[in-house]
Amino acid sequence: MFPTPIEKASGTTRWLYKVALPISMVLWLLPIIAVMLTSIRGQADLTNGNYWGMPSEWMLIENYSAVFQNTPMVQYVLNSFYVTIPTVIGTVVLSTLAGFALGTYRFKLNMVVFLLFVGGNFVPFQILMIPVRELTLKMGMYDSTMGLVMFHIAFQTGFATFFLRNFIRDLPYELIEAARIEGASEWQIFHRVVLPLVRPAVAAVAVLIFTFIWNDYFWATVLIQGDHAMPVTGGLKSLNGQWVAQWQLVSAGSILAAMPPVIIFFLLQKQFIAGLTVGATKG
Amino acid sequence: MSHTAPPSSSWWARHQKTIAPWLFLAPALVMFGVYVIAPIFESMALSLYDWDGLGTPKFVGLQNYFDLWDDPDFWMSLKNNLIWIFGFMLAVPAGLFLALFLNQTVFGIRLFKSLFFFPFVISQVVLGLVFSWFYDPSNGLLALVFTSLGLEPLAVLSDDTIVTYGIVVAGLYPQIAYCMILYLTGLNGVRPDLIEAARLEGARGWTMLWRVVLPQLRPATFIAVVVTIIGSLRSFDMISIMTQGGPYGSSRVLAYYMYEVALSEYGYRMGYGTAIATVLFFIMLVYIGFVLRRIYRQEQES
Repeated sequence: MFPTPIEKASGTTRWLYKVALPISMVLWLLPIIAVMLTSIRGQADLTNGNYWGMPSEWMLIENYSAVFQNTPMVQYVLNSFYVTIPTVIGTVVLSTLAGFALGTYRFKLNMVVFLLFVGGNFVPFQILMIPVRELTLKMGMYDSTMGLVMFHIAFQTGFATFFLRNFIRDLPYELIEAARIEGASEWQIFHRVVLPLVRPAVAAVAVLIFTFIWNDYFWATVLIQGDHAMPVTGGLKSLNGQWVAQWQLVSAGSILAAMPPVIIFFLLQKQFIAGLTVGATKG
Repeated sequence: MSHTAPPSSSWWARHQKTIAPWLFLAPALVMFGVYVIAPIFESMALSLYDWDGLGTPKFVGLQNYFDLWDDPDFWMSLKNNLIWIFGFMLAVPAGLFLALFLNQTVFGIRLFKSLFFFPFVISQVVLGLVFSWFYDPSNGLLALVFTSLGLEPLAVLSDDTIVTYGIVVAGLYPQIAYCMILYLTGLNGVRPDLIEAARLEGARGWTMLWRVVLPQLRPATFIAVVVTIIGSLRSFDMISIMTQGGPYGSSRVLAYYMYEVALSEYGYRMGYGTAIATVLFFIMLVYIGFVLRRIYRQEQES
């Protein structure tokens, strides 16, 4: 089949392929489909052991409203937004400035700083854990969304700078030269010339960082204790602990927790994948 | 801003181009330095101390590392890290297979591609929950399959000999999706003329894949391998959700053991924790080195 285009294959192969696609997709997504079905199941199904078949009654509204009414889920979701949105904004600002500096100026330490940002991005979280926790405590930001935001901005800046710097370096340099000859200051070059061009890359970075931060669990457990600041990932874990037997409610909570990044991914797929696959085609 | 800045104008005008990059870099460098670079060295220094997180740290030299050497839990974690690395590597060929399977232009293929990529977008906490239900020995899907085949259901997550493999399988799920997307992007760049030429030479199937397609996918393979190894060494979320390192610590990896030692009811042994983290960091440094060398070379060429 590969790498022959399927149009050139025989009729039977083509037909087989078109049948195999949806079947394999359902199999692949089975775990996720199962959670979706469970989230609309009634308690009776679970008591009768019907965990994986079709739901015998549809409890969509009941289950989801139960999650909202009987648990701090609304608070968790809000907390995730309080962490994610400032992080995306902060990271984009810092890394656009840094990416501009590394992408347009030739100076001695350029490569060193660049590799520092790239390398730092791969570091295991555990080596940062205790000092970051101490620092957050000292600044009085422990157990607050702000404490998480500060760390996330700093860490995500590594990857974002790498991505934006590469993008800015590929811009036509003549534009910048021309602006200099016109007498533009360095800030004006950044603000008027580069910033408008960098938008698609910023979108890619923003979508990726949103997903990474939304799904972060490790730092939420290290820097947050109470429900008042706990993001949805940590909240879901404690829900699971409390409601061991109520799979349908934990499932509904899981679906809610998964929703925002999924929606963003489907809206901005191209940017998302562009950010994730830097370097997969050249080198 | 005047359009005719004479060369003898202000000091700022003359030095603008040399100072400007550092001004642009400053906020990012400060944040990154304080939260990422400095903590690495602080952790390494702290690994030479005995500290409960509250009192005064006591300098003990390399004692924490000697203790690690004699600690069976450390070796168990390290062994599990190896299982994770080798198990996780399956994501690379599996991702390649899926990418080849989906690399066609039929109606709706874009939707199929994004749905196959779906698991990567979802939080590992959610996936961890799903897989622990899947493995549940009384009502899980796996147990249903086993009983319908007339077999005794396998209690994957409470069996210390297979628990790590069970979690690795869960971890593979999003990782395969990631490798698939890397290869799909790579396949976009495969030259059809080379494929056509090879076909005229009679290359088909396995030969075509091995000799013609894979060499062109080398950048994608490199990234897939490195990202997968680093991802396997970072594994934490799923272990925390599915087993909390249990039963009896048999599913711990270094990343999880470190957290447990430093921040849990087992005690706040910060010095010992940072020693584990330092070991993990040095293992990771090998792969970080590969990435940086590759990027450095690319930059030299361009």
